[in-house]
Amino acid sequence: MTRFIFRRLVTLVPLLFGVSVIVFLLLHLGPNDPAMSYLRLSNIPPTDAALEEARETLGLNRPLLEQYLAWLSRAVRLDFGISYTTKAPVTRHLLHYLPNTIYLAAVSMLITVALSLPLGILAAKSKGRWPDHLSRLLAYIGVSTPSFWLAFLMIIVFAVRLGWLPTMGLGGFRHVIMPAFSVALMSTCINMRLIRGNMLEQMHTRHVLYARLRGVKEGYILKGHVLKNSLIPVVTALGMHVGEILGGAVVAEVIFSWPGVGRYAVSAIYNRDFPVMQCFILMMTAIFVLCNLLTDILYAFLDPRIRLQEQEGNHV
Amino acid sequence: MSETNLHFRERMDLTGNVSDRRRARARSKITGKTIALVLAGTVLLMIAGMALFAPWIAPFDPTAIDLGNRLAPASSTHILGTDHLGRDMLSRLIWGARPSLGSVVTIAVLIMATGFLTGSLSGYAGGWVDSLIMRVCEAFMTFPTFILALFFIGVFGMGMTNVVIAIVLTHWAWYARIVRSIVLNLRHRDYILAARAAGGGPVKIFLRHITPPVLAQLMILATLDLGHMMLHVSGLSFLGLGIQPPSPEWGCMINDARQQIWTNPGLALIPGLMIFLTVLAFNIPGELLRDRLDPSLLEREGD
Repeated sequence: MTRFIFRRLVTLVPLLFGVSVIVFLLLHLGPNDPAMSYLRLSNIPPTDAALEEARETLGLNRPLLEQYLAWLSRAVRLDFGISYTTKAPVTRHLLHYLPNTIYLAAVSMLITVALSLPLGILAAKSKGRWPDHLSRLLAYIGVSTPSFWLAFLMIIVFAVRLGWLPTMGLGGFRHVIMPAFSVALMSTCINMRLIRGNMLEQMHTRHVLYARLRGVKEGYILKGHVLKNSLIPVVTALGMHVGEILGGAVVAEVIFSWPGVGRYAVSAIYNRDFPVMQCFILMMTAIFVLCNLLTDILYAFLDPRIRLQEQEGNHV
Repeated sequence: MSETNLHFRERMDLTGNVSDRRRARARSKITGKTIALVLAGTVLLMIAGMALFAPWIAPFDPTAIDLGNRLAPASSTHILGTDHLGRDMLSRLIWGARPSLGSVVTIAVLIMATGFLTGSLSGYAGGWVDSLIMRVCEAFMTFPTFILALFFIGVFGMGMTNVVIAIVLTHWAWYARIVRSIVLNLRHRDYILAARAAGGGPVKIFLRHITPPVLAQLMILATLDLGHMMLHVSGLSFLGLGIQPPSPEWGCMINDARQQIWTNPGLALIPGLMIFLTVLAFNIPGELLRDRLDPSLLEREGD
């Protein structure tokens, strides 16, 4: 197992290197001069001398490779410089907002699992009957609904008409319900269909047929044989949905004035605050990669075929 | 390594063989699906019509501000009322179809082009070119797509062109990978060998025997992905990063209506409904195809 984790970690190195190159190149090949943004946001008139000085402080007039290495060595130490707008260290700011985003994403993920699991199982069990058709309809609608539109629908129904739920900011559990649902809908629907499909696939394997022939109760077959095997691929799928959820969280944070990194990053985009943007993308990518790594490990752990193969590998 | 991957893994197979049995089933179970497809087609035709004929069918100038007539309710002159600047909602909806639909089609064409060029180069050239392109693809696939699109727009500036480029940039890698796998699959077929034996050069074989099947499959994939792309575009427009005011665009209109949500909820709901219907109409053919691959359906034949 440790070998597997180690191997998996090693494959991350070139990926993260590629990520850093892409972010750096986009930052520096963009048509906008960071020195100009820096001056504008600092309220300094952009004279030639001031621009030159800003480039000097930001290190923009050194060769690209040298800039990259300097940037990388700072990025590895989580130092993304100072925000052009607030003049405070970017990392500290974003880390301050990060728990709120993780909270929102975690609740969304929880909703995804809590809804897609029973609905997917129900759809598979009632294949071809009305619960199945209903879940298919729900899935069609769910994957086609823009999350921000769903957010407005919920606001109109639950806040404006019924007055049940608050529409803004961070607070008790009632505050997180609407943002989390708007983020979770798409993943829930995709996952529900995935679980249904996997279960139906498992139901027609030979060992299930054999269990049925032996007279094992249908309920036990579902729990013991079908469900277990069909949930393993779902683990990986959930890891991939983290990307979707992090992206959806940005939109939800803006709508519901949720004090998370996404909302902060969107205002940084309006202001062209480059240090904030690069810290944001690297932070989100790191979380995404980490979640995928965890699900990979979990997958290997859950799937005896991979687990045993690894153990055999260790003996050889 | 990202969410789009999910859609693709399911879709990769469906461009393959359409068996006779499947066709037979399509004939026998035609009702519900046909209705859904016809509805989807009608919606798409209507929206395409709105986009094409906007100058002739829109009753008002979509950008004409009339502050004396702000937030007017629905009436015979303004069928859907007016927005917070007194602009006619119906006209804005009709004109809004243009950027929404236009950007999605542009994105699809550009993604197919980049995916085809890089993917086929990778699959056909092989060697270090192949591994280089694949490493670049993997690096792009490491990012959460929407976040990378946001970052790109942050660096290159707002506007519809940059939204289009951002979405192409965040999605081409999946297409490149698929094209590569199709090309690799075709490369060792007997008919390619026969073409080579008959004296065809690599360029000629590529153009005549590999390009057409790859393009055909690529187009199916891109069509199935249009709904997904549209959600991306409207999400970015909603954040105010796409088309800039006063031009009407559906996502942007919802953003404009945010202040009026307590008093005039319709201003946000109707453009959203347009996005929803369009995406649904784009998605229905793809979802139906995916259901056909449903293991339970495949199994039913075996019973």
